[in-house]
Amino acid sequence: MAMLQVQNLEKHFGSTRVLENISFDLQEGQSLAIIGSSGSGKTTLLRCLNFLETPNQGKILVKGETLFDADDPATQRESEVRKKRLHFGMVFQSFNLFPQYTALKNVTLAKELLAQERKDYKQNKKQILEEIQQEGRKLLEQMGLAQRENHYPHQLSGGQQQRVAIARALAMQPDILCFDEPTSALDPELTGEVLKVIRGLAQQKTTMIIVTHEMAFARDVADQVLFMDGGVIVERGAARQVIEHPQEERTRQFLSRYAENS
Amino acid sequence: MFLTVIGALNEGFLQTLKLFGVTLLGALPLGLVVMFGSICGFTPLRWLTRTVVWIIRGTPLMLQLIIIFYIPGKLLDASPWPSGEDGRFMAACVAFIINYACYFSEIYRGGVQGVPVGQQEAGQVLGMTKRQIFFHITLLQMVKRIVPPMSNEIITLVKDTSITRIISMQEIIWAGYAFLKTSHGYSGLLWPLFFTGVYYLIFSGLLTLLFGWIEKKLGYFR
Repeated sequence: MAMLQVQNLEKHFGSTRVLENISFDLQEGQSLAIIGSSGSGKTTLLRCLNFLETPNQGKILVKGETLFDADDPATQRESEVRKKRLHFGMVFQSFNLFPQYTALKNVTLAKELLAQERKDYKQNKKQILEEIQQEGRKLLEQMGLAQRENHYPHQLSGGQQQRVAIARALAMQPDILCFDEPTSALDPELTGEVLKVIRGLAQQKTTMIIVTHEMAFARDVADQVLFMDGGVIVERGAARQVIEHPQEERTRQFLSRYAENS
Repeated sequence: MFLTVIGALNEGFLQTLKLFGVTLLGALPLGLVVMFGSICGFTPLRWLTRTVVWIIRGTPLMLQLIIIFYIPGKLLDASPWPSGEDGRFMAACVAFIINYACYFSEIYRGGVQGVPVGQQEAGQVLGMTKRQIFFHITLLQMVKRIVPPMSNEIITLVKDTSITRIISMQEIIWAGYAFLKTSHGYSGLLWPLFFTGVYYLIFSGLLTLLFGWIEKKLGYFR
């Protein structure tokens, strides 16, 4: 069974259609790169998956469980949405780290708050928090930030901040990790360190959806590539296939414009 | 003579401080309520709140004070305020709390709206509740943003208390002025009036230090 199934997703803002008839599957352990020009709906699609936008039509299923169904208001209740979100992790273009907390606290905060809902929280509080801290440290170490756990976001470079943000998303153990142009806000010399971390995650078979403008990266790291234009999926297939031998005219035009500019 | 003057000024300044304290206690939370009204999704309430804020900010506090102190008595035959200094003090508190709540509400609004939406979204995707997001993420960032404008407003409040003299509340300027007229066996004594400035200076100096300390405390993040 597919890890993620998206069926006929549609989203409009007023009379503007941003997403139309979006359907695709993603298998466990696979990574999907979404490419397309600005305004093609890539980011909106990710935001719909993370319940930051409510689609007007369609369904979202994870491991066969219906998380969202536009026709079933019961799936859209605030209290339930909060838990369902945790199937997805989100890494934002602008990091969105919490400035008042250290790198480690950024990673552990949500987990600590969630742990308060556990029945044994009061009894085992110390032990639970200790475990969360350990996990957080391990994640920062994995991101190559072991020495930075007590730094505040403003004391870190953009690349380091984004790696903290990735650790923060991983801490909630999401089924599917989403990246929204994770390197677009970075100086060119800092993109490498972030892409390296994402490549590492792909090698560990993390299920991922990556919205990106880095074509070479998409080709080399992702299993699948999905090209969007004007709110619809134009082409989808194996990464190398789509980027090196696109079948659709619109994909060809987009990629050749990209090749000219880079 | 000096001790007599200082004693009288101290008494006046105590009244000034009481008004200052009560105004803050009332206006700081009331400002939050007014702010929620002015960003409320329910349009009639939003417009009503914004109109009130416009009127309060658009007219002199001194005029508001006169209206609140005298007009109810004119309309109701009997003044709702107790007679004497207590009544004057209560009317002053009401006028000041309403006035300052409106100013604070706008500062709060700026603080809340200045926290990037991305902060809230980051909390949401991590499964936090709205409450957790407000208390663990938004609040401190908002407080940090509003400290400089709030310190400005609060220092203005210290000196605005002097306009309660218009309804003869016995604050420190009133106490100093009394020596110029006839009181405590003196008349035509000018320096106590100017000496009240020292009280204001010292008090606002202490507040400046306090706010500087708060700003420094919150300076560990950006």
